[in-house]
Amino acid sequence: MEILTIFLSGFLVAAAVYLMLSKSLIRIIIGTGLLSHGVHLMLLTMGGLKHGRVPVLTEGVKDYSDPLPQALILTAIVISFAVTAYFLVIAFRSYKELGTDNLEAMKGVHFDD
Amino acid sequence: MTFLHIAIFIPIIWAIIVKSLERFIHRLHIGWYVLPVPVFLFIYFLTYIPIIKGGDVHYSAMHLMHHFMMDFNLYIDGLSLLFALLITGIGSLVVLYSIGYLSQKEQLSHFYIYLLMFMTAMLGVVLSDNLLMLYLFWELTSISSFLLISFWNNRARSLYGAHKSMIITVFGGVMMLGGFIIIGNIAGTFNIHEIIPQFELIQSTPSIWIAIILILLGAFTKSAQFPFYIWLPDAMEAPTPVSAYLHSATMVKAGIYLVARLTPIFSFHDLWIYSVSFVGLITLVWASFNAVKQDDLKGVLAFSTVSQLGMIMSMLGLAAFGYNHGYNDAVFQVATVGAIFHLINHATFKGSLFMIVGIVDHETHTRSLKKLGGLMTLMPITTGIATVTALSMAGVPPFNGFLSKEMFINVMYMAMDAPNNGFNNFGIIFPILAIIGSIFTFIYSIMFVIKTFGGKLNKDDIPQVPHEAPWLMLTSPLILAVLVVFFGLFPNVLSETIIEPARNAMLHQSIEEHVHISMFHGVNKALISTIVIFIIGSILFYFLKSWIHLYDKHPEKLTLNYYYDRLLDFSSLIARKITQSYMTGFTRTYLVYLFSFLSGLTLFALVMKDIQYSLPKLGQITIVEITITLIIVISTTMIIIAKSRLFSIIMLSCVGYSMALFFVFFRAPDLALTQLAIETITTALFLICFYHLPKLSRHEEQRRFKIGNFIVAISVGLSVIAIGLLSLGNKTFDSISQYYIDNVYKLGAGENMVNVILVDFRGFDTLFETVVLAITGIGIYILVKLRLSKGGRRNEKTR
Repeated sequence: MEILTIFLSGFLVAAAVYLMLSKSLIRIIIGTGLLSHGVHLMLLTMGGLKHGRVPVLTEGVKDYSDPLPQALILTAIVISFAVTAYFLVIAFRSYKELGTDNLEAMKGVHFDD
Repeated sequence: MTFLHIAIFIPIIWAIIVKSLERFIHRLHIGWYVLPVPVFLFIYFLTYIPIIKGGDVHYSAMHLMHHFMMDFNLYIDGLSLLFALLITGIGSLVVLYSIGYLSQKEQLSHFYIYLLMFMTAMLGVVLSDNLLMLYLFWELTSISSFLLISFWNNRARSLYGAHKSMIITVFGGVMMLGGFIIIGNIAGTFNIHEIIPQFELIQSTPSIWIAIILILLGAFTKSAQFPFYIWLPDAMEAPTPVSAYLHSATMVKAGIYLVARLTPIFSFHDLWIYSVSFVGLITLVWASFNAVKQDDLKGVLAFSTVSQLGMIMSMLGLAAFGYNHGYNDAVFQVATVGAIFHLINHATFKGSLFMIVGIVDHETHTRSLKKLGGLMTLMPITTGIATVTALSMAGVPPFNGFLSKEMFINVMYMAMDAPNNGFNNFGIIFPILAIIGSIFTFIYSIMFVIKTFGGKLNKDDIPQVPHEAPWLMLTSPLILAVLVVFFGLFPNVLSETIIEPARNAMLHQSIEEHVHISMFHGVNKALISTIVIFIIGSILFYFLKSWIHLYDKHPEKLTLNYYYDRLLDFSSLIARKITQSYMTGFTRTYLVYLFSFLSGLTLFALVMKDIQYSLPKLGQITIVEITITLIIVISTTMIIIAKSRLFSIIMLSCVGYSMALFFVFFRAPDLALTQLAIETITTALFLICFYHLPKLSRHEEQRRFKIGNFIVAISVGLSVIAIGLLSLGNKTFDSISQYYIDNVYKLGAGENMVNVILVDFRGFDTLFETVVLAITGIGIYILVKLRLSKGGRRNEKTR
């Protein structure tokens, strides 16, 4: 299972990088979204998958899955949400002000995409 | 700490006092308030003469940064005292002269601050025993010289000259610091007088030649030796008192001081001996040759200074040669005494000549030799002073220049005859170069006087018809001219008081033999050569008009200035080209750099490290998870190839919800909840953003597949996979989570472990995560609400 998720998160990161290298601002933001998904998955995988029960204290259960990565991911999800939201508003404002979502057009270069 | 330490800083302290009192001084020229400082210091240093003359030295130590071997140790022996007297003595005369020269309309307080700063720096250079302190003051002389050259900073030529001298001297200074550090590391100390006894250790170090080259670079750049002399003619844009003080009498002699001071350490090495003597001789010939073609009076004097410095330098080289062959070697005796004596003589006559040029400039408003002429009857005193000092520079008896010039030529013959000079039959080159240099020296000295003061006055050419300068300006050159004559007639006044101690300082031990300089010591080769120099020089000067055009054949492309300017242009061009080639300004390029570096580094680490691998117990794969994985893979691919933005946003939320499903199956209920909620909000935000996109955009079309981006993306993905697999197979210790599991109820009074960790065990993370949310909230609010256009005006109109 872990090997499968590692490959999946690698795939997500690759897709994110491909999107981030494009010229459209919104695609870059989508790329960052995918990147954070890939990273969260990787974090969870490193703590081990599907060992033990849900980390809520239950009578008579000794084996729980690792709660620490889950706490870390929870923090990371919130932070990446905040940053994504901010990025989106910046993109929104740039459309409003500049009338384009092409990064090279924002620089004043004639684009040929 | 003694009074000597304070004495060094008196000028700079006084400068601050004068500046702060400036507003109360209106009537009197500020120079009058500055003048007491150098005079006082001169008298103070004169009191050391009896001590030094008796063969003693004065040493006062002060710990500064003792841990780094940087101590403020001061040392007064003959050599440093000679320089200290020159600095303060000429300094007093220059300040006196500048009172007459600079009008009260100038930024006088700035001028005197720079000048006094320079005086402190120069005293520090010659009195410091510690090489690091010496370097510190050395650079301070460069900085204050820079400020003084650019004193009239509204002139482009001043700025160019200041910039050039700064670059060249600081280059040399930094090289020199490198040499000092090498020496300090070998000897284990930076104090010169502790290094000298360890010369055997230094001698046995094979790579010492590096230190020699570095230190000589410092000395040659500062003392304007070939090929670094080019800054000095351009430094003539400074006010004339500055040229007289810095660029003839003191700063340019710092390199000479350094060579003289380090002679006991390095004289064993052939590289030191031959580079010092030959660079000196080449400088002498080249600069004196070029001085003849100058039209500007200060240009003549600048090249003359360079050539005279070369002469002193070459004598120091031969002094090192003699030192290497035993203290009693005749070459050593004459070369050392000649160098020291000429140092004094040059300071006297060159300082005076510069002041004369300043007077001529001040009275006629021109320095061009083509326009000047016939000033003799109008300015008789100036003419007299100029004649005496220029003849001394030419080496004519009975002035002091003659005596040192005789010694110089004598040394060159001795070097030719010396048994181990390392040149076998080529030793003849020493006197030949010396004689050629002296002939040109004679020509330009005579030219200087005759073209300026002889001939007819052409009233149309010069901007202002001159009359005799005020006594305020004449006093200083007159004193120097009197010294020229006095030292010429009674040279032995100097020999016992200052030359002998200076010689003993260069030796770093006292020798009994006394120095005796006499005007005439029989008919010998040197005297005959001098007569030959006068005759050839006179003939060449008489026919100057018929051969001076030969200089025009010297093309611009072969001058060092041309190459210096090209080098500056070239380096800025190359730097700009390099920067432009990789700083494209496109975010994509920088991202490619970052990602390529990341994957390259991973690949490098994988290749370099031998990998041990043992997989832990893995979780089981069920059909549900394979399905979710497939959903994620497919929707991600759809995002990449999607034509429309709306579709890619939907696919992104599909990935997000699948992640939430993953969290469910991986037993993380809190994560699944959060992920679901947040994914919904994010999708909504994306849709808002999408709604406002420009309607008809070419981006609605399908994107072309970019192979370059694809390769970068795949390599980053593979790196991530490799890192993930490796860390999975290399668990070195158990998780600390067992502690949380054991204590979640006992200490945290909760059953949900993730929540207890978030708010109890690791509450700080949560606190600042909340702060992040708050900040972005405020940021978004401001972004939406605050609309200032470039002028700060509220701009309601949006496109």
